[in-house]
Amino acid sequence: MRVTQGTFSFLPDLTDVEIRAQIEYALKNGWAVAVEYTDEPHPRNVYWEMWGMPMFDLQDAAGAMMEVNACRQAFPDHYIKINAFDSTQGWESTRLSFIVNRPGNEPGFRVVRQETAGRNIRYAVESYAVDRPEGSRY
Amino acid sequence: MNDQAPATVDLQALLREANVLDVLEALDQELVGLAPVKQRIRDIAAYLVVSKARATLGLTGAPPSLHMSFTGNPGTGKTTVALRMAEILHRLSYVRKGHLVSVTRDDLVGQYIGHTAPKTKEVLKRALGGVLFIDEAYYLYRPENERDYGQEAIEILLQVMENQRDDLVVILAGYKDRMDTFFRSNPGMASRIAHHIDFPDYGEGELNAIAALMLDKLDYRLDAGAEAALHEYIALRRMQPNFANARSIRNALDRARLRQATRLFAAVAPVTREALQTISAADIRASRVFQGG
Repeated sequence: MRVTQGTFSFLPDLTDVEIRAQIEYALKNGWAVAVEYTDEPHPRNVYWEMWGMPMFDLQDAAGAMMEVNACRQAFPDHYIKINAFDSTQGWESTRLSFIVNRPGNEPGFRVVRQETAGRNIRYAVESYAVDRPEGSRY
Repeated sequence: MNDQAPATVDLQALLREANVLDVLEALDQELVGLAPVKQRIRDIAAYLVVSKARATLGLTGAPPSLHMSFTGNPGTGKTTVALRMAEILHRLSYVRKGHLVSVTRDDLVGQYIGHTAPKTKEVLKRALGGVLFIDEAYYLYRPENERDYGQEAIEILLQVMENQRDDLVVILAGYKDRMDTFFRSNPGMASRIAHHIDFPDYGEGELNAIAALMLDKLDYRLDAGAEAALHEYIALRRMQPNFANARSIRNALDRARLRQATRLFAAVAPVTREALQTISAADIRASRVFQGG
């Protein structure tokens, strides 16, 4: 099951040219670009690992593409996303966030039911991938 | 062969379209002397236009190598020319953004193991799409310390210079003799730099012209005595150690302006517009240079 998160997530995966154009757009607006990765695809997992610091003072998308490609090389089967922060308000707010890399095989999610007091049922969503330990999921 | 390729290319039109002539003219007006440097910049500009024309006609050939080395004594205009070069490269679309990132050893080399690579990459990322200007580049290589981290920075630099030639142009700058030693001990660096430009020292007449140009830009004037004093000053200062060409002239003028301000203040009386503009002989003759050092 294809994970859809962030901007453009219902479009086909972006090509490198398109990713570059999006980064160019972010830089043109004065946003700082950061690369993050994870292998825990739960929709509520907002704490992805940072691939280096957010890139301030970039003038050209080539620098960010360099980091995206380095991250892809290190984690070819992880989810990788690009965040663009707007710091002009004094606090960092995400303006744009989109996935640039995903595992070849996404096994999808199962529903876990837990029976609690009074025959009530609690529901949880869990990815099939997280059965295995971190780093060997995909 | 590509059928769509045009049969002829108008080189002059290409040059005009890119507005490169403006930059070359600005270079001529802004910088006094430096005839060999200006000629080399013109040569390079012509070469870039021709390379572009060749590409338009579908002639194969590797894109021109653009990394450069500027050698010369301090204050001979290396940074200013690098700024102009970035603009020329941008207008001919050899670099996408045309900004200049000026760094020295401190910005590239880290202080402990594992610190250098991220630091160098950080700078490279900032410079991509523009020009990276490394001042006093020979400091990157310290042969007396074999564990010096400078070597690591050089290796990362070389890798990017080779693999991302479309993204980045590197200009190394420094004293001629030390840069020669640097290139001798780093053949990898030497072989990737196509253009070596040497900046000659300024002659006395040129330094006088530079002083006049600077004063003009700052809206100051020399009275008759001051002009003679300044010429004398320049002749004396040139002979002294640590003479940094245009930079020394700028510093001397800054100090003269300081003395002029003190003099005007001491006079108490209201000052005229002319008095505010005029530097007198006394302002210049108070310099240490006239007291024999």
